[in-house]
Amino acid sequence: MTKHRFSQDALSDWMRGTGPDSDVVISSRVRVARNLRHQPFPMLATSQQAEAVLNRLTEVSRSGNLDAYGPFDTILLSELSELDKRVLVEKHLISPNLANESRAGAVVLSDNEAVSIMINEEDHLRIQCLYPGFQIGEAWALASGIDDIYEEAADYAFDEKRGYLTTCPTNVGTGIRASVMMHLPALVLTQQINRILSAVTQVGLAVRGLYGEGSEALGNLFQISNQVTLGQSEDEIIENLHGVARQIIEHERAARKRLLEESRIRIVDRVRRSYGILSHAAIMDSKEAAQRLSDIRLGADLGLLEGITPQVLNELLVMTQPGFLQQTFNEKMSPEQRDFRRAELIRNRLSGKNDHGGVEQ
Amino acid sequence: MFCQECGKRPATLHFTKIVNGDKTEFHICESCAREKGEGIPGTPNSFSIHSLLSGLLDFNSPGGAAHTHASPQPVRCEECGLTYSQFSKIGRFGCSSCYTAFADRLDPLLKRVHSSTSHSGKIPKRSGSEIQCKREIEQLRRDMQTYIEKEEFENAAKLRDRIRELERKLSAL
Repeated sequence: MTKHRFSQDALSDWMRGTGPDSDVVISSRVRVARNLRHQPFPMLATSQQAEAVLNRLTEVSRSGNLDAYGPFDTILLSELSELDKRVLVEKHLISPNLANESRAGAVVLSDNEAVSIMINEEDHLRIQCLYPGFQIGEAWALASGIDDIYEEAADYAFDEKRGYLTTCPTNVGTGIRASVMMHLPALVLTQQINRILSAVTQVGLAVRGLYGEGSEALGNLFQISNQVTLGQSEDEIIENLHGVARQIIEHERAARKRLLEESRIRIVDRVRRSYGILSHAAIMDSKEAAQRLSDIRLGADLGLLEGITPQVLNELLVMTQPGFLQQTFNEKMSPEQRDFRRAELIRNRLSGKNDHGGVEQ
Repeated sequence: MFCQECGKRPATLHFTKIVNGDKTEFHICESCAREKGEGIPGTPNSFSIHSLLSGLLDFNSPGGAAHTHASPQPVRCEECGLTYSQFSKIGRFGCSSCYTAFADRLDPLLKRVHSSTSHSGKIPKRSGSEIQCKREIEQLRRDMQTYIEKEEFENAAKLRDRIRELERKLSAL
């Protein structure tokens, strides 16, 4: 079955690290929430009703109407093992909510994993488009195109005044959540990050860390997204996020430049230490891995480390998550075993791509 | 590092809780995390957006008066059966008709969350034509009324026919 490819191969398109501004922006994502008229939302649906919605919506992907956007696979959540689900969550292809709480849930995945369409998540339909680098406008254009195809086949719950109706009042209106994942190590190191992030929250945007709801961002990775979905048009929402993200990119670059000018030897030391530890350590917990991978990502972006590509770092980000580790080594692991395997995987991955040691002055 | 709760197993969950600016760091193992449950990201009982929302909804009734006197007939969505008080607890709607059933009470909530109460973005093509159709009918009715007042019944009859035609189109959509 093709679903195994999605859960066994770490590489999605967004991880190639080739997009614009990929020295700071790792990925851009747009998620659109839609519901069908005359059907209770998934939370209150009976199993029969949930099945009906599932059938209605999978018809669209199975009929080939989406083919203009590349080949798609429809995967029922009931066909997946717990581990498969966890891996798809770690790759950002499905949400934890779909993995753990959905009934009659399914995901429709495009071949390059840029599009994932979740069925019977919190809303009947959630279209998610994920692009590498800073391409938030492109992600919205794609999501909107796919939305149009679903709308031809499905009668959406839409209200003239409130817009697209969603389960949660925080999504009503446009139903759109746009976000960019940013790596901001220099703003953290120079202690500007809190000032910038609190400014961001004052213009209607939200900030959170990668992988989880916690306030502390692991590995200096921050996700910035719109909070308001009602009263602004999709284009306004995208432009607002785009403008703010653009500013943050410039601040981060300026902070990196200044760090290099003022304390080059400290940065070189920090990058090399982390590289040394990742290349040799026998035990590596996820928190340390995230921090050290952030250091060598910064090193690679600043030209202080040779032979480390963004792709390797993005893959490691996903592959060092608990679910993926267990998938890779094909065994159930205790947390201690995971730390041991994580260290092994990072060592192999770094040495495989970087035979010469790779730190230059 | 060992778990700060049991001190036996290694800590694998690290998180920081900030409540009203007070920062507390936690380093605990998975089994203690499961026991503690509350407030830990990724555990089923974690504090969610929905519980925050229900706080906003409570705020909704001035002085909390509406909560002390339970009205004899609770506001309920006819289609899915969800009551307004259930909605204000879980912070989620049961179906699209809830938006109509609770319409009177939604404006303050939506204003609080979005600083706006009405949509100004994309319109689905299908309902787009429906909405246009409805707007045209409303306009024609007003025009027809004007003709009737001016006793121009021939013109009014033309508009009546046009309205009927549009209504047929609307019901076919």
